[in-house]
Amino acid sequence: MQCNYAATMIGAYLDGELLPDQAAAVQEHLGSCMHCSSEIAEIARVQRSLRSARGHFAPSAEFRRKVQKQISRPRRRNWLIWTMPVGVALATTILLTTFAYIGHARRSSAFAELADLHVNALSSTNLVDVVSTDRHTVKPWFQGKIPFSFNLPEFSGTQYTLLGGRMVYFHQHPGAQLIVSMNQHKISVLIFQNSVDLGGALAGQAAQDRRTSFGIEGWQSQQLRFVLVSDADPAGIDNLARLLKQVNQ
Amino acid sequence: MDQEFFEMLAMPLFDQLFNLAQWLTGNRTDAEDLVQETYAKALKGFRSFEEGTNMRSWMYKILRNTFLTSRTGLKVQNTVLLEDEFDGLDFAAHNITPEFHLLRLENSHSVMNALAELPVPYREMILLSDMEELSYKEIAQVLAVPIGTVMSRLSRGRKMLRQALLAGSPGRSTHAM
Repeated sequence: MQCNYAATMIGAYLDGELLPDQAAAVQEHLGSCMHCSSEIAEIARVQRSLRSARGHFAPSAEFRRKVQKQISRPRRRNWLIWTMPVGVALATTILLTTFAYIGHARRSSAFAELADLHVNALSSTNLVDVVSTDRHTVKPWFQGKIPFSFNLPEFSGTQYTLLGGRMVYFHQHPGAQLIVSMNQHKISVLIFQNSVDLGGALAGQAAQDRRTSFGIEGWQSQQLRFVLVSDADPAGIDNLARLLKQVNQ
Repeated sequence: MDQEFFEMLAMPLFDQLFNLAQWLTGNRTDAEDLVQETYAKALKGFRSFEEGTNMRSWMYKILRNTFLTSRTGLKVQNTVLLEDEFDGLDFAAHNITPEFHLLRLENSHSVMNALAELPVPYREMILLSDMEELSYKEIAQVLAVPIGTVMSRLSRGRKMLRQALLAGSPGRSTHAM
């Protein structure tokens, strides 16, 4: 059977472009026509192998960028110019805040540790290892126990009373802790070598740890670092600090 | 807003358009020129694109029209097409030996070569239909011809392609225009 009519119809049938009744007619014809049934098989075969024409040629990334740039809004670049400094500023702010926070966190953790030493002493069954109100007894007691020496002021005639002293460790470094009472308050005088990293605890003058509400004051004198910790009023701590500074210059 | 919208719709078609362009032009440089010009024209005329209609067909149409006015395209226009309605040719496909299937049809490399050698009016028809899988209606819109022409030209193109594969030589062999 010569099927010139069917050639286009067969293609359209294969492409699913025929109306239902047309498709049915072609289908029926295919069942009876050898020529057309081999024809459709071959068209389908070629069609299948034509799939590899898809994506056969790929544009270079460079060319894509070129066209993309060409069609993208020029305002976009202005937008970039405006937002870039803002972005940089924002990033810097975040960075600085982070550093400040880390610094603050380190400092407050040092505060907390120093305050712990104070609390630890107060809660201990033996508040002090050397019990004496006499500075001439307390100071020699530390000899051989700590690798440094310090001076104590004369407390008689002041509002302070020396209760005694004990050894403490801060970050594995030995130090002296003196307990001084002021009225009903106890003040810890912590003395370490300069090499001991007390974090930022000494950075400021007097400070108050918000979490523990202990007042802390620290300073450096030659090779020693002093830290006072107490729940006493700041003026009381400050005054004691002044007395200690006078004899340890 | 138009421009960003255009970019959003048009850039995903980039690979397909480039592929089609190189199939039409036959080389990378011309394909790049064609694609670049197509995008420039499409952006310029984006207002005429009706939202909700087929962006791909719309872009193909611009690409194809741009191609026709290009150097290669003008040559194509000068070639005389066999009348589209003529469908009397019979390539005696029923005489094809089993070797035909084994050696030629299954070999996509030879199919690609044969496709590249097909005259543009038939090549583009096969590209749009069998490669891009556009519907007859879409092809008719892209090429601005009636659906009947799409059907007959496609049928003819497929026959020529098979004939070229059978002959193992470029498609313009026996039935040159």
